Amino acid sequence: MEGLSCRNLSKTYGNNTKALRGISLSFKGNGILAIIGRNGAGKTTLVRILSTELMPSKGSAEINGMDVINDPGSVRNIIAIVPQESRAIQWLTPMQSVMSYLLYRGFGYNESRKKASDALKMLGLKSNADKLNRLLSGGTKRKVMVATVLASDAKVIFLDEPTTGLDPISRNDLWNLLNKLKRDYLIVLTTHYLEEAEKLADKIGVMEQGRLMAFGSMDELRKKVRHQYSIRINDPGADMPATKEGTLIKGLDGSKQILTTEKEAFGISQYLIKKGVKFSTNPVSLEDIFYYIVKKPINETSEGDEDEW
Amino acid sequence: MNGKSTFSQLLASVLVNAVYAMINYPIMIVNTLLAPLSILVVITFVSHGALVGVGIEGALIMTMVSGGIGLQGDLSHLKNDFKMQDMVVSSPTSSLTYVAGMALSELVFSLPVLVLLSVLAAVYLHPTLLQTGIIIAVMSLMFIFSIVLGFLLSTFTSDIVQSWGFSGIVSVLLSTIPPVYYLITYIPLPFRYIAYISPTTYAAEIIQNAMGFLQISSINLVADWIVVIAATICLMYLSYKKARWREP
Ligand SMILES: Nc1ncnc2c1ncn2[C@@H]1O[C@H](COP(=O)(O)OP(=O)(O)O)[C@@H](O)[C@H]1O
Ligand SMILES: [Mg+2]
Repeated sequence: MEGLSCRNLSKTYGNNTKALRGISLSFKGNGILAIIGRNGAGKTTLVRILSTELMPSKGSAEINGMDVINDPGSVRNIIAIVPQESRAIQWLTPMQSVMSYLLYRGFGYNESRKKASDALKMLGLKSNADKLNRLLSGGTKRKVMVATVLASDAKVIFLDEPTTGLDPISRNDLWNLLNKLKRDYLIVLTTHYLEEAEKLADKIGVMEQGRLMAFGSMDELRKKVRHQYSIRINDPGADMPATKEGTLIKGLDGSKQILTTEKEAFGISQYLIKKGVKFSTNPVSLEDIFYYIVKKPINETSEGDEDEW
Repeated sequence: MNGKSTFSQLLASVLVNAVYAMINYPIMIVNTLLAPLSILVVITFVSHGALVGVGIEGALIMTMVSGGIGLQGDLSHLKNDFKMQDMVVSSPTSSLTYVAGMALSELVFSLPVLVLLSVLAAVYLHPTLLQTGIIIAVMSLMFIFSIVLGFLLSTFTSDIVQSWGFSGIVSVLLSTIPPVYYLITYIPLPFRYIAYISPTTYAAEIIQNAMGFLQISSINLVADWIVVIAATICLMYLSYKKARWREP
């Protein structure tokens, strides 16, 4: 089966930190699987287990039908990772970085040169190919890391927080690239930029304290939460309608947001129109969903341990 | 895994850790030459030339030992500061190939100084074929010993600063205390035993004896060989047990 799946993955580190508490999910075919969650949620731990760097304490995982835990050798032929906090090696050029990685993947010297040059061209790094990495900007260095894994024959690619610390333009560049690539690769992307996951991902996993709190496409996630609609009112003095099914959130700037069900959103909209209040109605964003999910006291959802996503 | 790809994987480490580093930062070549040569020069001056031969064989041994110390720092640097090892772990390269490639890179890195010392050895020592064989055998053993030690220590460190701590200590144990650049008989007796903590002392004794700088009994010689070989095998076993390619 093409795709990635894991069952009940748990990880307790040597110092007794429970980083994962029973993660089960499955993703079929190519596309982008985004794992979101705040710092310490367990994203990196999950990615390191799936990319055969770390043994889980419990559970199983498969990539394209191969056993990640017991047959890492086979899995390693088709995966590649840009680890969190990985950096382009300072004393190499982008060309040398990509080439040497391809040699590690077992390509011959000439083939590695050719593939490296193609990948650098694809990422717009051709003019920088022979400068030292340490002289490149942060965004360019990150692109070198991405070029490194894309140049290879890997079909399943793990990117652990690839856009953290990038300026908005570099980030957008990378998003456009990932968007193009997702037809041909299975990309597992972790991020704490919710916008990034919403824009790119086919499926999103929401992690919190080592648990997968929700998993699915944006539409599926919207169905999981109590409220599907968000109504924003920017006028602080506006006459507010009562909400029975929803919740009212006050913004720092005095704006108000009501998260509510489709049915009530319709009623509230009509009320606001009648009162002449300016407002906007949208389906809830990933940000709304994320806050809804992670703000819940953790025990309210802890029975979700064995949930199959 | 076929032979061709293993060759590529070995080459990758040699390029990253030695060839590219030397091409892009030529100062590295000066650095590798300087350390063993400066001690050799000092020893020669202090002994008014009498110890130049001992100094050359000492520099040969020390160059081999520094390969392992270098390996420890390099492995830990690439693993912790660039996360390169994580990328290699999840690639088709095996742990053995990676470490072998990195060890090879240390050897390539030492090539300039090895060539220079070999020329000096040929000029000053005129070793016979047998003596050359013994020198190469001891050098190889010391190289493997220090490489395995460096690898083992690198698996314990998660920070380059911590790694420097280790390499400082190892460096003193393997290269400062042992009488490698001079004869062990120069050390007054109770202190002489301290030198025997280090396998490099035994290695130096073997070579010094072979070259006629030092006379030791054949039982002593056999003991020296046993210590050097046993220490290497012990370390190899330990690192086989301790090596953490995929983290537990
Ligand atoms: N090697 C480790 N040893 C002990 N605890 C760790 C280790 N790596 C991560 N942790 C802990 O595991 C939890 C999850 O970390 P991580 O997977 O890095 O989260 P994220 O990537 O979502 O920020 C955190 O509490 C972190 O402190
Ligand atoms: Mg992380």
